[in-house]
Amino acid sequence: MFEDLLFQLELGLPQVVLGLVNGAFYALLSLGLAVIFGMLNVINFAHGAQFMMGAFVAWMLLNWVGIGYWPALVVAPLIVGAIGVLLERTMISKLYKLDHLYGLLLTFGLALIIEGVFRNQFGSSGLPYAPPEVLSGPPVDLGFMFLPKYRLWVVVAALAMSLATWLVIEKTRLGAYLRAATENAALVQAFGVNVPRMVTLTYAAGVALAAFAGVLAAPIYSVNPQMGSSLIIVVFAVVVIGGMGSILGSVVTGFGLGLVEGLTKVFYPEASSTVIFVIMAIVLLARPAGLFGRA
Amino acid sequence: MSAGHASVATLPVLHDAPGLLGLSALGFNRAQSVAFLVLLALLLAGPFFLYPVFLMKLLCFALFACAFNLLIGYVGLLSFGHAMFFGMGGYLSAHAAKVWGLSPELAILSGGVVGAALGVVAGWIAIRRQGIYFAMITLALAQMVYFFCLQAPFTGGEDGIQRVPRGALLGLVDLSRDMNLYWVVAGVFLAGFLLISRIVHSPFGQVLTAIRENEPRAISLGYRSDDYKLMAFTLSAMLAGIAGGTKALVFGIATLTDVYWAMSGEVVLMTLVGGLGTVFGPVMGAAVIVTMQNYLAEFGAWVTVIQGCIFVACVLAFRAGIVGELGRFLKVRL
Repeated sequence: MFEDLLFQLELGLPQVVLGLVNGAFYALLSLGLAVIFGMLNVINFAHGAQFMMGAFVAWMLLNWVGIGYWPALVVAPLIVGAIGVLLERTMISKLYKLDHLYGLLLTFGLALIIEGVFRNQFGSSGLPYAPPEVLSGPPVDLGFMFLPKYRLWVVVAALAMSLATWLVIEKTRLGAYLRAATENAALVQAFGVNVPRMVTLTYAAGVALAAFAGVLAAPIYSVNPQMGSSLIIVVFAVVVIGGMGSILGSVVTGFGLGLVEGLTKVFYPEASSTVIFVIMAIVLLARPAGLFGRA
Repeated sequence: MSAGHASVATLPVLHDAPGLLGLSALGFNRAQSVAFLVLLALLLAGPFFLYPVFLMKLLCFALFACAFNLLIGYVGLLSFGHAMFFGMGGYLSAHAAKVWGLSPELAILSGGVVGAALGVVAGWIAIRRQGIYFAMITLALAQMVYFFCLQAPFTGGEDGIQRVPRGALLGLVDLSRDMNLYWVVAGVFLAGFLLISRIVHSPFGQVLTAIRENEPRAISLGYRSDDYKLMAFTLSAMLAGIAGGTKALVFGIATLTDVYWAMSGEVVLMTLVGGLGTVFGPVMGAAVIVTMQNYLAEFGAWVTVIQGCIFVACVLAFRAGIVGELGRFLKVRL
């Protein structure tokens, strides 16, 4: 019995490792959501759409301007982040004094608009985006399995980006301002910090994180207008499970759930699309504030 | 709903004139009584001027939106997963009518039962958190139901359940005639609408409103707010299931579209456009959105864009919705 399980696991190990790749996207996206929520008290429903925009901008840069993957990894988040600044200044900032639900409704509307526009422009069949030369060679031999180089890179890049975000927020002066403003915006403003600008930039940074994840995803999934909307619902569940209190929590939960999803694909594939939601329900029953959340 | 923020759907308290023709028994004030009589007249005259199937679709969505509004408007809970009740109601009614061979009234009823059952479970999980978490949890649960429907054998997967027979009401009235079915659908809508009005204006409804306005205070007064929320959630889910079941019979089909997250968004949009927390708003909103979809169908994906634009416009500039603004203009509660 036990050996059976072990054998199954050995066969399924590639799935589990690929689960980590999904986990990388969950981690990056829930991190961005948490950063935005901490500062703006808005759940950014457009996060999935902005993730999709990141992938599309990378595609456009390559096919229209001839800018390749590596520059796109920086340029695409900047462009999408700039659009985020525009959205925050013209619309989202008008809602801070209202119930938080309105922020959710507004960004849901924005997501519909963005997705619809891209579907009209590019259809829904998906566009190919080749991984960069360096990462497209033969798969890496991990001893127990062969992992395509690009997927390995996604996990590494997501971890590095999460670490960078954590460092900025926990260890820099800017991060200290951010944390202070999250606790008491009025007081921080009284000390002469331009809080509204900081809020705008925080939103832009969160959006840029989503776009960065989008560029990472472009060579793995085909670039299509719906790539963000189903992902963002899973990420919502991830956020509910982890709680939005801590950066580390978001990252650990994101990777952990990706792994669990991968394991489910091995042992009970029928449940792999629902397992995260089931875990969410169980966590809510046992610990309503989430694993890392403060009640 | 945190104190200190303007809560969703707070309307100024106005002096209410008593209802007309004994309609105050339903909790209607004078303006609402007039509006109700207008609605009744439209229901009676409608099928003689407009295509009955279009009207039936509209009424199903109107009931769905009213059910949704019971939660957001009176308890302050934004459910972003109401499609799970609507869609599952549709599936079960279709299955009951087609496979079990139940009569249409029982088929619709079974849609309500499955809505309520799912509502108890989903509500029990979701009411542990408030505000935006509640919205995210309901959305995630609905997505889980969507995946279940995608894989479960009885839903027919991508094909859905097709060619559902309309049957004969109580074995007597042949519902394959659109006009006959129209009166049944109108009756179902009216019953649901009046039930919601009665709930909202009952002592139970007053407690719900108290919870919306200030939950800790309601708790300190001795109300078990979780029980009330779960009750409201279940009622809302049951009515959404009935609406979905009725729609499945009207069109003879139950598909994944009705359990998809976009459907949850649509019912939010209808209620928002009509006016959150107003009695007649959801009906008005459903009428506007269903009509719009009807005329814009040829534009394909632009419908999504237009819906998104309406969302944004409503949230930024038009939060009271059509009926809410009308009520504000006329200085009455509608």
